[in-house]
Order: sequence, then structure tokens, then C-alpha cells
Amino acid sequence: MSDLRQIAFYGKGGIGKSTTSQNTLAALADLGQKILIVGCDPKADSTRLILHAKAQDTVLSLAAEAGSVEDLEIEDVLKTGYKDIRCVESGGPEPGVGCAGRGVITSINFLEENGAYDGVDYVSYDVLGDVVCGGFAMPIRENKAQEIYIVMSGEMMAMYAANNISKGILKYAHSGGVRLGGLICNERQTDKELELAEELARRLGTKMIHFVPRANVVQHAENRRMTVIEFAPDSQQADEYRTLAKKIHENAGKGIIPTPITMDELEDMLMQFGIINQVDESLVGKKAAEAAA
Amino acid sequence: MSQDAEHIKDHFTLFREPEYQEMLKNKKEQFECPTASEEVQDIVEWTKTWEYREKNFARQALTVNPAKACQPLGAVFVALGFEGTMPFVHGSQGCVAYYRSHLSRHFKEPTSCVSSSMTEDAAVFGGLNNMVDGLANTYAMYKPKMIHVSTTCMAEVIGDDLNSFIKTAKEKGSVPQEFDVPFAHTPAFVGSHVTGYDNAMKGCLEHFWEKHVRTPSESAVNLIGGFDGYCVGNMRELKRIMGLMGVEGTILSDPSDVFDTPTDGSFRMYAGGTPLEAIKQALHAKATLSMQQFCTEKTLAYCASKGQQTIAFNHPMGVTGTDRFLMALSELTGKPIPRELTLERGRLVDAIADSQAHLHGKRFALYGDPDFTLGMTEFLMELGAEPVHVLATNGGKAWEEQVNTLLASSPFGAGGHAYAGKDLWHMRSLLFTEPVDFLIGNTYGKYLERDTGTPLFRLGFPIFDRHHHHRYPIWGYQGGLNVLVRLLDKVFDEIDKHTNIPSKTDYSYDIIR
Repeated sequence: MSDLRQIAFYGKGGIGKSTTSQNTLAALADLGQKILIVGCDPKADSTRLILHAKAQDTVLSLAAEAGSVEDLEIEDVLKTGYKDIRCVESGGPEPGVGCAGRGVITSINFLEENGAYDGVDYVSYDVLGDVVCGGFAMPIRENKAQEIYIVMSGEMMAMYAANNISKGILKYAHSGGVRLGGLICNERQTDKELELAEELARRLGTKMIHFVPRANVVQHAENRRMTVIEFAPDSQQADEYRTLAKKIHENAGKGIIPTPITMDELEDMLMQFGIINQVDESLVGKKAAEAAA
Repeated sequence: MSQDAEHIKDHFTLFREPEYQEMLKNKKEQFECPTASEEVQDIVEWTKTWEYREKNFARQALTVNPAKACQPLGAVFVALGFEGTMPFVHGSQGCVAYYRSHLSRHFKEPTSCVSSSMTEDAAVFGGLNNMVDGLANTYAMYKPKMIHVSTTCMAEVIGDDLNSFIKTAKEKGSVPQEFDVPFAHTPAFVGSHVTGYDNAMKGCLEHFWEKHVRTPSESAVNLIGGFDGYCVGNMRELKRIMGLMGVEGTILSDPSDVFDTPTDGSFRMYAGGTPLEAIKQALHAKATLSMQQFCTEKTLAYCASKGQQTIAFNHPMGVTGTDRFLMALSELTGKPIPRELTLERGRLVDAIADSQAHLHGKRFALYGDPDFTLGMTEFLMELGAEPVHVLATNGGKAWEEQVNTLLASSPFGAGGHAYAGKDLWHMRSLLFTEPVDFLIGNTYGKYLERDTGTPLFRLGFPIFDRHHHHRYPIWGYQGGLNVLVRLLDKVFDEIDKHTNIPSKTDYSYDIIR
């Protein structure tokens, strides 16, 4: 168990966390690593490319059927996909009811208590976009993920999210062992994307460990519910993911405690790069007609 | 063997036996890493100083012994005052065990209340199924006439919506469509039991009144007691007073019978309470009077929005408090105050005059719910006693101002201060640095009595360690008399206690006081 690596992927919703993580983990599996993926998102789409499935039965939906979590067996929830990657989805309630955060806590406790982590080299948590409550911080609490990888892009909101997640990591970094492994920039072809990502990484005290270029092959693979690694192993994009996987593998123990920046600093940075313009404070809150007058 | 079957020692004496004393000593020395007893003593002495008091009052991140309970307790209390009503708390089971035991320990009666038993899966998926099954089970098993729903923290944190849950449960057939299921959200981490009382009362009135048109009555009035540990005695006293006056009045939530069922061979899950029909009719009343302002702020605002007059009292005790209440009742209903009550008033005044020498100038500290402390402060000043420390953990700024205004209205209040939001550890500092003659509070005050040596006069909620006082009213002139007599008993006991060593302190161990 001492060799178990636990990592987690965080990032703004829709940024491509699940795609990036599954491709990277598939590449790690190619390197001979035994992997467990724990999807921590009520949408339950963190394992579909590995399992070639639409949606996996989740811990919580099965628990609801069975009556309670205690009535579940680990085999019921653990599925095996590409290169024997084990997959679990925590799942969660319908939108608008209950508490999805508590669901994540319940599921991870269940997995730990029932030996889901035995005999694997890697556990990877794929966590919903915003760390909206303590439940979604479960993977960064003590004795869970050692390194967090933040998937981001050159879009403003993705960078806000990356900074916020860093704040979350900082909160737990001193009480537990969690560290920021680095940023993964998923190219959106925004202006000066690479430079911005590197600058944000610098300010957070980390590095941008890989810049994943945009490629249509990812979409083609997804349509078949496959990773690029499996769908087009010889493609340029597959190589990108392999590189990323290698970097993550070699990054063990090299995470840092992030130094999140303030909102003002972040906006200044975006202004320096010309992403946003200086706001004329005298116009803030004025309607178009008023401003014109 | 420290015990034998013929002669069982109970725990009062058992643990003083040598073998237990030795065991406790060993435990302390070997496992507790004790601090030297001189140092402990030094710290104890330090906690009695002004320096410590200032630190204590600067305390921010910690509450020690708060004198308040949580919202659902007040909601359950309200529900128990309606005819055939089962309180149903949506949330976890342990919370409900607490409300039941808390009320039972005070009233020495069983308290019926059910929970929707939310567990971990309910926390994740929401408690709709628990509501559906819970209402169906409650309806089938306990055959109530009404189920009153409130919530614990768990349901509130995950945002369960009672309105839609109860609707869905009815659609699924848990209870008939027309069956009354009033509800109130009562997050336990907001406010206190008096807030919960208010929310639950308002929820119930809304349920019965909302879709009806009011036809104002000329004389009928509603009375709301508020959260009251003396409800058994007080409600009966209110009913007696209204009977004497010939007032057409409805008490909204009257738990006096359910907390005082007779032992005659049959268990009563439900007893007495405001008839459901009477709650409906109460919409048409001319006015709603609340005996406790801070228990009914939102409720009275709702009554007023329906066109009723509203008047709030602060736990009216003693002569002035009762006068105010009776005059308002008389004015509203046009019924004169009868001779019997005037006589009772005269007798109370007479009793106060007879004993005033023993209470005049006595310094008191008191704590409890906002309304109780207001009513008690007024009564104390009427007796010539001096309220010095007036504390309410669940009192806010408005309460503090009201207490200060009250204190300023009498020379006996000159040395008094109100402490809003403070706890019993603050009170401990107050009692050490500015000592008083007597302390008034609930059972938890006994630790203050032990620590500070201030004699405790038990009045408030909960009273766990004295029996049956809740059967006697403390409102009205009769109530004033009850409180006066008990105050005096304590005063005389204290005098006797300090004058009874022969040829040392017994110079006036008198027969006559």
C-alpha cells in the first residue's frame, strides 16, 4: 500500500477533465500501471471511455436499490475496462435534491472500507467542476490524493476555477499531505494560451506540466466511447497523452503547496495579457442610455 | 465485595468505599497525568477574578453551557398542544430522542413524537422517501388527527422541501388528501427553541387559515402561551381566568393535559389540546394575545396580516404584569374584571407587603428565555428585590434594550445589567466578581450554585431535579403568589442555615420570621 499513488483531476466544468484523465490513465495503463478510477461527479461520466459504456451503475444508485450502502458488495460497483483499469462511479442524487457532496464522502468511505484500493498502483479521482462544498474536497483530505492536477485552459473562467481549486488545496495542505501536482492546459485556442497558462502556473508556484493541443481525433474517439490511446494509438494526440502520463508518473512527490492569488491579481494578470480590458469604474452599474448621456 | 444483596449501597455511597477510592486514586495517578492540585487550585481561584471575567467576556470562539435549546424542541412543544396531534420531525432519530427525553425529564410524562429516521442514504438522495413512508406509518400506527412536521439540521442542510414532500406524500397516498399536515422548517442551527415555537405555530396557523376568508368576531380572542415549562399550571390558570371573566377565548396550543395525564390504567398518547376546529375558527377572532413576545414574533405578524389586533406580553408575572394582561383582555372583549380576581390581586399585594422586609434590597441574578427574564425582572422589582445580572443566551439586541428600559423604570433596577447572547460560564464570572444573594434559573444553575455558593431558586426550563413545580401556575395573581412563597421559602431556609449552630450563630434561630 505504501507505493499507492493517489492523484485527482480538478478543473472547471466542461474543460475536458474526464477526457484528459481517462486518456492519461489509459496511457499509464499501457506503462503497466494498475489503475483505479473513482468518478466523483453525479453525472457519472468519468469512466465511459475506459468501459465503452454509456454510464456505469453508480455506488449510490446501487445503494439506493439495495437499501443502504452497507448492503452493497464491492464487486457490484467495480467494473473493469481497458487494460484492466478498474472503474467506480460514486454517482449522486437527482439534480435539486439531497446532498451530492455527502454522496462523494459515502462512496469513498465505502470503497476504502471494502478494499477497492488493494493491489492497485494508482487511484485517480475525477471530481466535479466546482468544489462547491466539503464533500467534493473529500479526495484532497488527509490520506487521499497526494497530488492534484488542475485541468484548465486560457479562458478566463477556467483560470478563476484553477485559482479557486488552489485555495482549496492550500486549506488542506497543512493538515494533510495534499499538494498541487501542476496545471494541465487543454488547448482551447484562445489568445496567448500557452503564455497565460505558464504565467498562472508561475504565480501559483507550480508549473504547467503539459499543454494538450486540440485535436479532432479526441472527438472521434469519444464518439465510440474510447480513449485516443485505444482508438488511434499511433496518432500524434495519443503521443501527447503518453507524454503527459509519463510526466505525471515522474512527478511523484514533486507537488507543491500552491500560492493562490487574489481576484485583483488574477484580473491584473489577464489585463497584462490583453485578455480583459481595464474597466472604467465610473461606468460600472450604468445603463447604456446613462453612459451615452 | 462492596455489595451484598441484603444491603445494596447506591452510587451516592458506593463510590466512597475504600476500594473505589483507591481505584480512582490509581486511575488519576497512573493514567490522567494530573496537574498538581495546588496549581489546579490556583487556576480555580484565578477564574474568580475580574481579570478572568474580562477574558471570559472577550471570548468569541467558544460557548460554554448555553441556556437555550434548539428550534425543533419548540416545534414539538407546539404540536403537542393540539388535539390528537403527533409531532413528526423530519430528520435523524437521535434528535427526536433528545426532544422526547428533554420534555419527559421536565414534565415527568411520556412524550410522543416520531422521526422520519433519515440515515446516510437519505442525506445523499434527500429524504422524500422517508417522508412518504414516515407519514404513512405514523398515520397507520398512531392514528393521529393531525401530524405536525418540523425538521432537524440534517434535513435543513441538504435543503429538503417540506411543502413539496408533503404534497408528494399525499399524492402517493401516505395520508388522505384532506388530512391535516401543517409544517414548519426549523433549522436547529438558527435561533433557539423559542424561534422554533414561533415557526411551528405560524406554520400551523397558515395551514388552517391561508385559504379562508376572515369574518371578524366582536369579542373572541386567541391566546398563545409560548414555550413554557409551567404550561400545565399556567394554561389551567389562564382558562380559569377566562372562565371567571366570561371571555370567549381560544388557547392556541395547549399542552397542559398531555403533560399531565392521570394514572388510571389507560395510556393516553393524546390528551386535551386545542381542537382542530377551534384553530380554524381562531382566524375570525378579534385579536390574538401572546403571553411571550419573543416566542411569537412571526406568528403575531401573520395574525396582524389577517386583520387581527395583536398584543404581546412578556411572561406576565406578579401584580403589574397580571394587571396589564387582565386590563387588555377586558378592554378587547368588553368583559369587566370580576370581583374574584380583584380580591386575588388584593391578597397577592397583601402577601407581598407581609414579606417585603425579607426581599427588599436582596440582589438577584437571573437567566432564562427572553420573555421569562423580562417578566421575572419586573416581578422582582415589584417585590423590592434588585435584579443585578439578567442573562438570556437566546436574547438579542431588542431584548437587551427592553430589559434596560425596564430596569431604568424602577430604582430597584439601578444596579442591573442585561447580558444578551451570553452563556452560563459568563454568568459564573458575574457571580464571582459581582456577587448576589440569589440566583434564579433552571436545573443547570445547580452547578453555578455549587461553584459560587449562590443559592439557586429553580425557575425556568428545564427543571429536571425537582418534581411537579410545573403543575403550579406562575402567571396571574395566583402564580405570583406561588412564586413569592417559593422565593420566601428559599430566603428563610438560607437564614436558618446560617443561624443554626448552637451558641455560635444561633442568636436568632427564631421560630418566627
